[in-house]
Amino acid sequence: MATSTASPSSSGGVSWRKAPFIADARLRWGLGIGLGAYLAAAAGTLEIDWLRAWEGLPRGRQFISAFFPPDMTSRWNEIGEGILESIWMALTSTMAGIALSIPVGLGAARNIAPPPVYLFCRALLSVFRSFQEVILAIFFVKLFGFGPFAGFVTLSLATIGFYGKLLAEDIEDMDPVQAEAVRATGAGWFQWINYGVQPQVMPRMVGLGLYRLDINFRESAVVGIVGGGGIGATLNTAFDRYEFDSAAAILLIIIGIVLAVEYTSGLIRKRVQ
Amino acid sequence: MLKMSGLTKRYRTGDLALREIDLEVPDGQVMALIGPSGAGKSTLIRCINRLVEPTSGTVFLNDIELNALHRKGLRRARRNIGMIFQEYALVERLTVMENVLSGRLGYVGFWRSLFRKFPRPDIAEAFRLLERVDLDPMVDKRADELSGGQRQRVGICRALIQNPLLLLVDEPTASLDPKTSRQIMRLICELCKERGLSAIINIHDVQLARIFAERVVGLRMGEIVYDGLPDRLTPKVLTEIYGEEDWETTIGGEKTGGGDAGENEGDDEDAGPHPEKERLAGMI
Amino acid sequence: MAVITKDGKRSWRRRSLRNQLAVQAGWLGAAVAFLVCWRFISEKTIWMFVLDAPQQAADLASRMAPPDWSYLAKLWKPLWDTINIATLGTLLAIVLAAPIAFCAARNTTPNSLLVRPVALFIIVASRSINSLIWALMLVTILGPGILAGIVAIGLRSIGFCAKLLYEAIEEIDPRQVEAVTATGASTAQVTAFGIVPQIMPAFAGISVFRWDINIRESTVLGLVGAGGIGLQLNASIMNLAWTRVSVILLIIISTVVFSEWISARVRQAFI
Repeated sequence: MATSTASPSSSGGVSWRKAPFIADARLRWGLGIGLGAYLAAAAGTLEIDWLRAWEGLPRGRQFISAFFPPDMTSRWNEIGEGILESIWMALTSTMAGIALSIPVGLGAARNIAPPPVYLFCRALLSVFRSFQEVILAIFFVKLFGFGPFAGFVTLSLATIGFYGKLLAEDIEDMDPVQAEAVRATGAGWFQWINYGVQPQVMPRMVGLGLYRLDINFRESAVVGIVGGGGIGATLNTAFDRYEFDSAAAILLIIIGIVLAVEYTSGLIRKRVQ
Repeated sequence: MLKMSGLTKRYRTGDLALREIDLEVPDGQVMALIGPSGAGKSTLIRCINRLVEPTSGTVFLNDIELNALHRKGLRRARRNIGMIFQEYALVERLTVMENVLSGRLGYVGFWRSLFRKFPRPDIAEAFRLLERVDLDPMVDKRADELSGGQRQRVGICRALIQNPLLLLVDEPTASLDPKTSRQIMRLICELCKERGLSAIINIHDVQLARIFAERVVGLRMGEIVYDGLPDRLTPKVLTEIYGEEDWETTIGGEKTGGGDAGENEGDDEDAGPHPEKERLAGMI
Repeated sequence: MAVITKDGKRSWRRRSLRNQLAVQAGWLGAAVAFLVCWRFISEKTIWMFVLDAPQQAADLASRMAPPDWSYLAKLWKPLWDTINIATLGTLLAIVLAAPIAFCAARNTTPNSLLVRPVALFIIVASRSINSLIWALMLVTILGPGILAGIVAIGLRSIGFCAKLLYEAIEEIDPRQVEAVTATGASTAQVTAFGIVPQIMPAFAGISVFRWDINIRESTVLGLVGAGGIGLQLNASIMNLAWTRVSVILLIIISTVVFSEWISARVRQAFI
């Protein structure tokens, strides 16, 4: 971006223009035209019912005003129970998911796993990561019945997909010389992982574990919509009954808990560094 | 006694790093391996403890054929071979003590090592070694808090606590200042002497090799082109190893015992070549 | 600390006694927390269903077995919609996230007593509420369809993009900003010449990263009527058309894997 192109102009002086971000003119125009064409095509095929949206706006105002003031009290029992259930689900699924993702993550690191294991683990992680939690939850509710167990399994698998992939990438980025030095002492495979690899990836992984706890809590609010238990179930009921003030209370509580988790994880991360 | 014969390494890229190397290192000998970058020095020492798998040829340490070993045997053999690395290669987030004790991993079971419950004698030995290199106040510091010379001394302790028969030393002074370089080289040589260890030291600093080693082997394009005493390193020999250059200054400085005109300027004030030579004379 | 001198002999432990106890207490606490949580979950679970699950799974798998590829022809339009929701939603988000990020970053905020807390609250509120819940509310306001989906994705992504962006802004090199200020530039000029060039790569990376996440998110918006392929998925599950469900799942996997690949390539190009 900082490069400049100078060219003599007709008046004999020198003019300057900022060099374009993409140097290759064909690529630049190609990308520009491609983007324009895409936006045109997208806009052209969108079936947006603007009239309906316009009509909805006053209703929207009504809808939003129904959220205020948030009503914590009238459904407090259900809300409290749902929140607790979400917290249990988030905690257990984060712990179980991280425990399970360690072997998968080790297997998915190209520099320590043999190729067949690597491919298998990578494929596994891809599948877990591809499906949004809600899709997984639909299936697990079918298999395990309604309730928090289905949510627990869903969030655990999603955690494996998330954490395993990041663990594998972190191992692939580690300093190979430190690991090699431990191997040269005659350490066994597990000792090698424990002394040569683990210290290098640990601090980041602690931070990511806490981040995943935060994600799992937020996601527990949606697996409930399809029957996976937790605060999502309470929220869905509130919407179904048009009790928007209770729904607002639930949303505020979710925001508050996410804030609290974020604050704590910041403190812990500072200590681990 | 370390004995290599016909050792060849061809990387998957097709580069031939070592061609039919035959080399013997008797017990207790400190040997310097010199040569230009890419000559195969690192590959050679890594082929000995099989951090790099040789393509063909044999390596014997005493009567064990290292390149025929399988997992368990290889582990056992590796613990008899200490290694000191370029840029120290300490595990940076472990403490000094943990780094030193990691040299015992080949002897200790997994669970003990996981909970850092090393046997008492190991810990006593670690303290002794750290005292020997003047690092015992640093026991609980994390490795990344140390200076370069201190880190390399921890690396030396890690190699020695293995109680090895042989030391492989890969460019120990590559990232150290001239004074520390000498101190580290001197320490390594003294320790080898004390323990009757043989050592192969990869080093690109010809001057240091001449001062400290008993024998110098020159490597070029994966082949041995010189093998002999350090003071036989004439300009002609160096030209053969490294290529054309005015080698007189490198060697001349040493001969006169004065100005140290080579790459190692700047450490004359406290450790000139003279006391160096006397110490060396005492050691050999 | 961890060196213990006893009878003139030194021994070493990894941690001092107090730290050791703290670590052990931590592990114990985690184990107890897990068990307590687990008990509550298990109280609410009908274990008969869970034990039955392997058979159910086998049964389901056999029903899904040959994917009904003829259904594919009807899926291109919803897939196109899904990608549009993700792309346009991300565009909407980054347009709105940029000013919020500038208000939230400690070093660029116009007012750290009033504006910054508001910006931070917007960020955390947007991040805390899942796009599916945003969609649930927006469908009520805007009516079912793709517009609700785009806005839902946009609202959910503002927080994510703005958070990463304001962290990037806080990490910029202050000397460069100083240098531009020293030339006598106005605040807007300082922003354009001192700050924006420094955060451009991060900004591009964040947008592409979020786009990739949004592809995955937008596959489910159809479940609440906000457009995209989730609509077909929901309908097929409701009608127990399992061979169609498997086609949809396969197409979702390939789209997500493909978008992940593109996003990784683009991010590499920027770094």
